[in-house]
Parts: sequence; structure tokens; C-alpha cells
Amino acid sequence: MSQYYVGILILICINLLAVLGLSLMTGFTGLFNFGQAGFLAVGAYTATILTTQYSVPFLLALAAGMVVSALTSFVIGYPTLRLKGDYFAIATLGFAEVVRLLVENLEKLTGGSRGIPRIPTNTSLPLALGASIIALWLVANYVNSRHGRSCVAVREDELAAESIGVDSFRYKQIVFAINAALGGLSGGLLAHYVGFIQPSMFSTIKSTELIVMVIFGGMHSLTGAVFSAIVLTSLPELLRTAQAWRLVAYGALVVLIMVARPEGLMGSWELTPANVKALFNRLRSALGGE
Amino acid sequence: MSLLEIRTLTKDFGGVRAVDHFSHQLEKGGLYAIIGPNGAGKTTIFNLVTGIYKPTEGQIFFNGDEITGQDTYKIAQKGIARTFQNIRLFSDFSVRDNVRTACHRYATYSVWEGLFPTPRRAREEKELAERSSRLLDLVDLKDRAEELSKNLPYGHQRRLEIARALAQEPALLLLDEPAAGMNPDETVDLMDFIEEIHETFDLTILLIEHHMEVVMGLADDIVVIDFGRTIAQGTPEEVQSNPVVIEAYLGTEEG
Repeated sequence: MSQYYVGILILICINLLAVLGLSLMTGFTGLFNFGQAGFLAVGAYTATILTTQYSVPFLLALAAGMVVSALTSFVIGYPTLRLKGDYFAIATLGFAEVVRLLVENLEKLTGGSRGIPRIPTNTSLPLALGASIIALWLVANYVNSRHGRSCVAVREDELAAESIGVDSFRYKQIVFAINAALGGLSGGLLAHYVGFIQPSMFSTIKSTELIVMVIFGGMHSLTGAVFSAIVLTSLPELLRTAQAWRLVAYGALVVLIMVARPEGLMGSWELTPANVKALFNRLRSALGGE
Repeated sequence: MSLLEIRTLTKDFGGVRAVDHFSHQLEKGGLYAIIGPNGAGKTTIFNLVTGIYKPTEGQIFFNGDEITGQDTYKIAQKGIARTFQNIRLFSDFSVRDNVRTACHRYATYSVWEGLFPTPRRAREEKELAERSSRLLDLVDLKDRAEELSKNLPYGHQRRLEIARALAQEPALLLLDEPAAGMNPDETVDLMDFIEEIHETFDLTILLIEHHMEVVMGLADDIVVIDFGRTIAQGTPEEVQSNPVVIEAYLGTEEG
């Protein structure tokens, strides 16, 4: 396989990690997060500073990036998770901007707006793919557990969830932390794939790109998250020959999907053996009915 | 010791006193009702007992422990379950999941076990599935278990909400106008159903109604409130013939 396609696959896995966290947080728990790039930045800079300045082994640095990112989510979440819907979303937006500005101004540590060059490019396809598959497995387990159901209950009706004994604040903290850890991992892998990081890589544009992936694929579907991470990461690359028009096509596709299917491509459909069988039976009876 | 004791409970919203020094005692196993005209403060009392509102004044004791102003989820975990006047189901959940989410007494596996398929988790999930099936059987919704709850007809949604409350295995069940929006036949069915669960689950029930006739055949003890204040209390017969109650409901006779 050519290096070019390997690169696209790695980028798909890196985006998928960040999207899985967002899917759990925004799709399943109903907490809109417009600042995911902030957690990518925390993970990327933590891991990179550790590998480049302290010669910490790569995997350990990645883990540290996840931990620092998750801890950050606790600090941010404690005062903001009690805010109602829209206000929380705005707080996440502000958080990502604060991280970006901090990184820009802590020049000694982060290289400021010039960024950090010559990062060892340790992110390999097996590593990125393995991390994505494990993360998908863990998140799918979580969604189907009693804790996952409690999260969906909080999304559906927070007051009713509290009334049946669900500690909504705690569940919000948990999914925010899982989301932050996955975002941090995504950032760490990204830095060690590209070999160079600078604050502008973690702007609101990146956050928007990630949340669009969650909405595009289907808010209540992990299958949708995987599908849209694959399509929306590779699409701009596949359309590269069309040059300037490729981002227009990307935007048009997203608008089209949102108009035709506001619940996202997959809605709440999941790729499970039982669902595939049901779909197959429906197709067969539809064809047989002719 | 009373199961629930409410002492001089008061709640102000700005300048409006919604509940005014309300006191009440529920003994274990009883079936109680609070009635009153619309806007009398009935739902506010439920919201105070379940911690949704913090009282301006007064205290609430459950099983002898003070629960005044505690978080809603903690009060729920202690054994007070409720339904809502304007049905609050998890509408994008299946009928089964609505009940299963509330069966928290039967699953204690941790968040970490939520990430991995451990044997304990599998065992507890099986128990949850069985319990929710049994409850759905009881409310005649078993054959609709996989449907989304928002697609159920209104009367079924009411029953599902009660099933969800029962799934918590509460000691005290608060029903907020369970017959609201029902026709007389459905109301009679519902009252039979409430009597049935009262016996089979060994429950203490407190229900709110503004139609007096609904609770007459059902409750042992009725409190009538108006403008947040108790205006009468007693057996259905006593309350029904009380002139103060008649006045509150029908207004005073014009000269």
C-alpha cells in the first residue's frame, strides 16, 4: 500500500478516536462540546513536550497526554457541567480558545505560535488502528452498560433521570473525562504522525470538523461515528484533484445530509448481527413482495 | 415512626407563597391522597419532597432521616419514587429500557466494569432483563417491550411511567395526577391498578388529584389544600361533606 493511503488511514483512526469520545458525550449524553480541539491540544502538547524535551518513551507520553487531558476535563467540568445545554456548549468553546491562547503564549514550553518541529514520527498504522479498535470496543461496552443507559436517560430527560436515582452530574463528569482522554490520545497520535504541531492546528475549525462528523453519522449511533470518520476524513483527500472545489463539495454534502436526514446518516442504527439480519429480512420481504 | 413526616413546609416563589406551613404524616402501608383545586400547590409539595425545589422553611423526614433539600437522585435512591403530571418518559428509549434504567437496586457493577464485559456485569444485566420483563408483564406492556416509548398510546405511557417508578422498588410512591387526561373508564381501570400495586408491592402511596371523585373510593386518608394551606383532612366521607371543601371547589353561594 502506498504511503499516501497509509497516511489517510492513520488520519481516519486519529479522527475516529476524537469522534468516539464526542459521540459518547454529545450523541449519547446530550452534552454539546464545541471545544474538542482543546483536548486534542492538551494531549498533543503534553505528549510532545514529554517525548521531545524529556525523552519519555512514546507510549508512556501518549498515556500521560490522556491523563492530563482527562484531569483538565475535571477542572473545566466541575464549574461548567451544571450549566444548562447551550451555556455548557459555549463554555467548551471558550475552553478550547483558552488552551490555544495559553499554548501560543507559553513560548518557552510550547514554542508559541511557531510550534514544535521535528517531533519523532512514531505513530504507525498498526498503533493507530489498534488504539481505535480498542477504543471503539470500550465505548460500545460502555454504551450498552447500565452506566451508558443512565447517560442516555440524562440526555432524554435530566429531571426524570434524577428522579429514578441517576446522579446526572457524576455521569456527565465520567463521559466528559472519557471524551477528554480519547481526545488527548487523538492529539498525541496526531502530533507524532505529522511531526510538527502549532496552535492553529487546534482552532475552532478543528472542533467544528469533529462535531460535524458526529452529527453527520448519526447522533445516537457509534456505527455512524465510525462511518463518518472514514468518509469525512477521506473525502477531502479523494477529491484532491478538484482542488478548490473539494471543500465546497464537502460542505454541500454535509448540508444535504442534514436537510434530508436531520438525525444523521445512521440515526440510532447500530451494526450488530441482529440488526443486520433484521435489515436483510426486510430487504428480502420488500423484494419478494413484488 | 412515620414513613414520611412533613413539618411546616413552606415554599415561596418571589412574592407568591405556593405552599404555606404544610404538615402531614404518612404511616407505612397507607394509601393517601392530596386533593385541591388547580394551582393549590399540590405538585409543589411533590417537588419539595423529591428535592427538585428547596423549601423556604420546614423539614421533611423519611424513615426518620431528614431529607430536606437533598439532591433529587439521593432521595430517589433512599426509596421515594414518583411519576409526573405531564408524563416524563425517556422517549427515545425502548419500553424495556425505560424500566431497566430504573432497576438500579439490582445492578451495582462499577463504571470500570461498564467498559469491560466482566462475568459480574453479565450476571447483573441478566437479572435486570428478567426484572424488567416481570414488571412489563405486570403492566401489560411485555409484547411492546422493544417499541420506543414515545410511540405508545397515552394510557400505556402512564402505565409505563408507573412501572418505571416501581422498578426502583420504592417504599413510598408519589403519583402526580395519574388520571389526568383519561376518560372515566380508563380512570376506573387505573384506580384498580393502583389498588393492585398497593397490595402486591407492600407500598405506601401518596397521590395527587384535583378530581375529588377519583380518590374517593381509593384513599384511606385525604388532605385537602387550597392556596398552599391544609383546609381539611380525614376519611373520604368526612372530606366530602366538609363545607370548607365544598366552598373551595365550588365557591361560596351568592346571596
